[in-house]
Amino acid sequence: MHTADPAARWTVEQVLALAPDETSRRAGSNLGSAGPWSGGGCDGSGAVWGLCKGSGSKPYRTVVDTTGPAYTCSCPSRKFPCKHALGLLLVWASGASALPAGEVPDWAGEWLTGRRKRVADMGKKGGPTTGGASATGPADPDAARRRAERRAGRITGGAQELEQRLTDLLRGGLAAADQSGYGLWEETAARMVDAQAPGLAARVRELGSIPGSGPGWPVRLLEECALLHLLDSAWLGIDRLPEPLAATVRTHVGLTAPAEGPPVRDHWLVLAQYDTPDGKIVTRRIWLYGRDSGRTALLLSFGAAGRAPGLALPVGVTVDAEMTPYPGAGRLRAELGEQFGVPSPTGTPPPGGTAAAAIGAYGDALRDDPWLDARPVTLREVIPVPSGGGWQLVDAAGEAALPVAPSALSRPGLWKLVALSGGAPITVFGECGHRGFDPLAAWSMDADAGACGVDADGVEISSIDTMSEIVPLI
Amino acid sequence: MPRTVTPAPWEELVTSALLGTDRRPAEGGGGPGGLLDAAALHTVQRRAGLLPASAAARPEPAPADPRPPLPPAARRRLAQLLADRSAPGGSGGRRGTAPDLTELIPQWLATANQHGYRAPAALLPSLLDAARSRTDLRPQALAFAGPRGLWLAGLNPEWRFALRGSSGGSLLPDVTEPEAVARLWEEGLFAERVALLGAVRTHDPAEALALLATTWTTERAEDRLMFLDSLRTGLSGVDETFLEQALSDRSRNVRSTAAELLSALPESAFAERMADRAMSCVSPGLTGDEASVSVEAPHECDASMERDGVVAVPPSGRGERSWWLGQLVEATPLATWSVRFGGRAAQEIVGLPVADGWAEELHAAWCRAAVRQRDPKWARALLGTPSVPPSNGPGTASLAERSKLLAILPAAERAEWVADFIAAHGLSEAFQLLGVCPTPWAEPLGRSVVDALDIARDAGSYPWSFSGVMGLAERCLNPAEADRLEVLTTTPDEPEDASPGANGYWSEAFQRLVSTLRLRSAIDLELIPG
Repeated sequence: MHTADPAARWTVEQVLALAPDETSRRAGSNLGSAGPWSGGGCDGSGAVWGLCKGSGSKPYRTVVDTTGPAYTCSCPSRKFPCKHALGLLLVWASGASALPAGEVPDWAGEWLTGRRKRVADMGKKGGPTTGGASATGPADPDAARRRAERRAGRITGGAQELEQRLTDLLRGGLAAADQSGYGLWEETAARMVDAQAPGLAARVRELGSIPGSGPGWPVRLLEECALLHLLDSAWLGIDRLPEPLAATVRTHVGLTAPAEGPPVRDHWLVLAQYDTPDGKIVTRRIWLYGRDSGRTALLLSFGAAGRAPGLALPVGVTVDAEMTPYPGAGRLRAELGEQFGVPSPTGTPPPGGTAAAAIGAYGDALRDDPWLDARPVTLREVIPVPSGGGWQLVDAAGEAALPVAPSALSRPGLWKLVALSGGAPITVFGECGHRGFDPLAAWSMDADAGACGVDADGVEISSIDTMSEIVPLI
Repeated sequence: MPRTVTPAPWEELVTSALLGTDRRPAEGGGGPGGLLDAAALHTVQRRAGLLPASAAARPEPAPADPRPPLPPAARRRLAQLLADRSAPGGSGGRRGTAPDLTELIPQWLATANQHGYRAPAALLPSLLDAARSRTDLRPQALAFAGPRGLWLAGLNPEWRFALRGSSGGSLLPDVTEPEAVARLWEEGLFAERVALLGAVRTHDPAEALALLATTWTTERAEDRLMFLDSLRTGLSGVDETFLEQALSDRSRNVRSTAAELLSALPESAFAERMADRAMSCVSPGLTGDEASVSVEAPHECDASMERDGVVAVPPSGRGERSWWLGQLVEATPLATWSVRFGGRAAQEIVGLPVADGWAEELHAAWCRAAVRQRDPKWARALLGTPSVPPSNGPGTASLAERSKLLAILPAAERAEWVADFIAAHGLSEAFQLLGVCPTPWAEPLGRSVVDALDIARDAGSYPWSFSGVMGLAERCLNPAEADRLEVLTTTPDEPEDASPGANGYWSEAFQRLVSTLRLRSAIDLELIPG
């Protein structure tokens, strides 16, 4: 088991990634030095606490459980985590002596004990995580079935309506879609939300942005319309589809089945975490890689109307936890179950492969899921190379190249990737698909990575790979 | 589901889709539904059959950087400082008690460079971005970024600034290889040649002069000006002949720069000529029984004066005689005056009364001469005693001129002079003078600033009237002072005549000062090689 030493610290970047928005990030940074803090400390269970001097006479009491991570603070802020929690974590991350290892004081202990008991209870019960029908299932299976049928009926109505819109569009010509602009698509998307088919709604909204996406948009618009039509047809004929494909179709339409099956316990390395706006909600995607199972898992978390999604895992930490996969779409999406012990701040990169293999694997995956835009992959020994106005990732030992996806070209992370490589081969994790490769994380081969020489279980790390540090690119 | 065996070509489908199937039915009929079926099949087929692209030409790998990596704590700190810089908003309002991290970047970089660390690759983009928006960071940031930073900047047009200027050390040939140097000098771009000349001059002044002489007559006037300017580094008697020739250059700017450089060489024939002219204008005299300075400004600016760089036409609003006098005295070696005034020291000469109201003009010219010739004795004399109000002292009342004079004095003396000045006159005029004091402030300067701030607080003014000095104190006070300053962070009872709430703001400002000092000492510790 884990030693009683203070839990390994996170990096500044990892802490700042938890901030719900730029304002909090800034405010948190301002509190990220020892100055305003007193009575603080940390312990081996991953708890960090401190008193922050505010404008009032009483200091705020801030406690963070880094295993969650979970936060509590006596300040009135509705941001989550609040600037005090961020500041406290920054002080902790910078290793300042203001937070010595010690005993949890009473004012912090109460919340910590309560929280940990709740988590443990949830684990015992099986909770929603291990996904038995007994835990989540309602009392009346008949009523549930009737509700499901009603919803399926609504989706079918939506799919038919969407089919009609697509047919009308093709009849009149895509050239006309250029003029009709966002409004038409927004309205259609709203109809799909009413039809309880969020998957269809998201795809329709996507269509709205294509006419403004630069040269070649008619081709892209036709492709996406055709795939949406394919999804409509598949839903309307779902009874005739084999089960795995039917599950994939349900997932894409937005009819999510609960996570099921035996949970996979593993040491999961957090590869990437990023948010994308999706209508009025924000979707957070967290990619994880299981050290022993070799599986890649995707955690989704949603935040409504300007609030950050609840789940946050800093990139680069490894969590010992159970994951329960959702059915459909390659079973990548999973639900985070019980966590064991304190996350460790290091991890080994996935083994990875060549650029040539990555694009081939994407092609193969389309057999099971023709709507797949991209799949997660680790590229080993690739070199970022400028090409025309864009960039490529080129196999160091070959001539195969993957173009970097257009969306990634304007992100600062691209330049981090180039800087890390310095023209030499590098390991990169990202999403590989028909738009190209979207780099999300890279491993620096610098000896200055600053990783500890000991992994979560106290085993000494000797290989050069494991000494390298993951650098988030998004 | 599509069952078509030979689908219509993709281009046909796109054309039909663009124009609409009403106007242009898809090949094989089937209307919109058939078109979408065929397009879906095409799309999935195309995506499933995607092949890797062919690789573009690979860039040259970045040159190796042998410097040691940063200690982990220092690396985390740099990430924090740079992350704070890029975070928008927040400024403008009350400054609060937390340190301003952005202001600590210059100090962090300077210390890291002193230790000779290599920059972490992942932070290079934010480092270059920081240097792009703040020109004052550039020299230190680029030195720290090193060869990999320069390599990276070459790939991103936004960082083109990094390739300009003389800091592109790795792009220049080794200055000890005469052939490579000669080739770049002959064929290089203007900026490269300026950088090259600078590098050679630093290495061997005489060699740079020889290099410049090879092409001097064929250079364009504005280039000649820049090249001539490079000779400031390592200027010596060896350059005199060349500079004398440059005095008859076609370009007026080149002539006056040559004259300026020559005037910094007291042994030169030029200096002697100027001294002769100046001595005919300024001479010892008697006012009553007392020794004094009598001044007879020149009546004309003859051709030989013009050749020596004296500008004949004064700026509007200035008399031409005093204008000429100023230029003559400015270019005259200061040692001349000691001989002229019977072996008197600088201090005594400056103390002499000047006849006919020429004092201001004469002292101002002496100030310029002291700055140009970097003469501490004269600078000291012209600055006078710090406790005398600037308007009554010798030399100049201008703070800009005074800070230039101060910069010539030895570091410790500078700090002491400014400390006494603050003790006598308070902080309101001290900002510019503090700027030339070496950091961290040596005692008694630090104490003097803190005492003055404390006095300002007791006087009941608001701290933001002193925000410039406060900011300097945060960056320049010795971090070891933090503990002594702690007592000032409490909020004492407000005196009756104080501005409302001022005490709270003062305690906040002092808290920020203390926490910034603590942070600076933490930064220094983190950068010590482990």
